[in-house]
Amino acid sequence: MIILETAGLSRTVDNKILVTDISVKVERGEVVSIVGPSGAGKSSFLRLLNRLDEPTAGTVYLDGLDYKTIPPTQLRRQVGMVLQAPYLFPGTVSENLRFGPKQHGQVLEDSRLHRLLEQVGLPGYADREVTRLSGGEAQRVSLARTLANSPEVLLLDEPTSALDRHAEAEVESLLREIIATEQLTCLIITHNPAQALRFSNRSMRLEAGKLVKFGPVEEVVHV
Amino acid sequence: MFNNLFRDQLSLGIFQAAITVVLALAVMLVGRQQKIHLEVEVMIALVRGIVQIVAVALALVVIFKGPEVVAVPVLFGMLVTASVVAGRRVKDIPGSIMVSFYGITFGAGLVILLMVLAGVINPALTSVIPVGSMLIANAMNTCAQALERFASDIKAHTGQVEAGLALGATPGEIVRPYSQSAVHTSLIPRIDSLSSLGIVWIPGLMTGMLVAGTDPIYAAIYQFAVITMMFASSGLTSVVSVLLVQRRVFSPAQQLMLRPGTLLKK
Ligand SMILES: Nc1ncnc2c1ncn2[C@@H]1O[C@H](COP(=O)(O)OP(=O)(O)OP(=O)(O)O)[C@@H](O)[C@H]1O
Ligand SMILES: [Mg+2]
Repeated sequence: MIILETAGLSRTVDNKILVTDISVKVERGEVVSIVGPSGAGKSSFLRLLNRLDEPTAGTVYLDGLDYKTIPPTQLRRQVGMVLQAPYLFPGTVSENLRFGPKQHGQVLEDSRLHRLLEQVGLPGYADREVTRLSGGEAQRVSLARTLANSPEVLLLDEPTSALDRHAEAEVESLLREIIATEQLTCLIITHNPAQALRFSNRSMRLEAGKLVKFGPVEEVVHV
Repeated sequence: MFNNLFRDQLSLGIFQAAITVVLALAVMLVGRQQKIHLEVEVMIALVRGIVQIVAVALALVVIFKGPEVVAVPVLFGMLVTASVVAGRRVKDIPGSIMVSFYGITFGAGLVILLMVLAGVINPALTSVIPVGSMLIANAMNTCAQALERFASDIKAHTGQVEAGLALGATPGEIVRPYSQSAVHTSLIPRIDSLSSLGIVWIPGLMTGMLVAGTDPIYAAIYQFAVITMMFASSGLTSVVSVLLVQRRVFSPAQQLMLRPGTLLKK
C-alpha cells in the first residue's frame, strides 16, 4: 500500500533549482534512503515532504490525500521529522517530549514517556535539563520527541552525522530497532553508503535537484 | 535693537552648534581608529538633524497661530514618519512599515486622543503638539526596538522554530517566548525613565514649566503624567507591533520565511 507519493515535486528559489520534478511512491512500512553529493537537494526534498518549505510545483499525496488539503499542524504530526541537529527547547527532557502532544491538546502519559525514553536508551532522563546532555543524548531526545507524536512517516536528515563515531553507532542501532518494532515508514538522508545499506530497502539518488536513480539499495548505493 | 539681539542669538546658536559638531566629529575619529565607520551615517544625520529642527521651529511659530484642529494633520504626519523610521529597522520583513504604523497609531495615537478627551492633555496647540510628539517619538523607539529584537531572536533560533513547526506547533505558540522578550526588552527604557525620574533625569518639559512660573508641584505631577503616558503608549505600541509582525514572518502554510541573510519577498 502506498502511504506517500510525490508528484512532480519541485522547488525553485530565486531562479535556483533546489528540487525538480521528483515523483516517487513509498510503501507503508518501507525504509527509503536518500543519497547524493552535497548540495544535491536532499534536505530540500525532505523539507518539502512535511511542507516545512512550499513546493513551487507538484505536490505530495499522503494516504492518497493531497497534502495541501491537510492543515500543516496535522500534516507535520503525521509526517514527523528529525533534523540534523537536535534543537531542543530549553527545559527538561520530559517537557521536550510532551511538547508535540500538547500542541494538539493531548497529554503524553507518564508510562508512554518512560517507554519512549527506554526506547531511545535514556531511561531515567525525564527530569534532566537539556543543556546538560551530550550530543548523542540530545539527538536521542530529539528522536523520542518526534516519536511522541506517533508519526506515520518518519523523515530523518542525517540523524547521526553530527555525532562522534561511538554515539553514531549507538543512535543508529536504536533507530533501526525502533523503525523495525514500530514498523515505521521512513525516509532517511545519509552520506554513508554502508548506513544506507543497513537501513533501507530502496534508495533514491539525487543530483543537482534531480532524481537520477530509484531502486533497490544495492543497485543505487555502492560501498 | 530686536534685529541686533536676533543676530547675536543666531551667531551664539551657530557657535554652540559648531562646538557640538566638533565633539561629534571627534567621536567619529575615535570610532574610525577602532575601525567603526560611522562617518557617512553621522554626517547625514547631523545635516538632517539641523535642517529639520530649524525648519520645524520656523513652522511651529506659524502653526501655533492656527486653530486647534491643525494638530491633527501635524501629529498624523509625525505618526507616518515615525512608522517609516521604525519599520525600516527590520527591512527584511515585508510590510514592516505598515506593522509599525498600526503599532504606533494604536499606541501613541490612541493615547493622545484619549488623554485629550479626558482633559489630561491640553488641546491647545502649544501643548498637544509637543506632548504628542514626545509620545510618538517614544512609541517609535519602542516599536523599532521590539521589532528588531523579535526579528533577531527569530533569526538566531531558526532551528528551534522549525523544530517546533515540525512537531505540529502553530507559529503563534512557537514564537511566544520571543514575542514576550521583545515586548519586555522594548519597555525596559520606559520603565527606567519612570524609576529614574527626577533623580538621574530632570525632564525639559518640567523645567520649561518651572521657568514659565508654573506651580512646581503641578509641574512635577504633570511631568509624571507625561512619562506615564509614554509608558502606556509605548506598551500598547510594542504589544500591537509584535502581534502583527509575528504573522509576517510565516507563510500562510505556516512555514518560517525569515532566515539570516535572506531578504523576504512579498
Ligand atoms: N532557501 C534557499 N535559497 C537558495 N538556495 C538554497 C536554499 N536552500 C538550499 N539552497 C541551495 O540548494 C542546494 C541544495 O541544498 P540542500 O541543503 O538540499 O543539499 P543537500 O543535498 O542536503 O546537501 P548536504 O548533503 O550538504 O546536506 C544547495 O546548493 C543550497 O545552497
Ligand atoms: Mg542536507
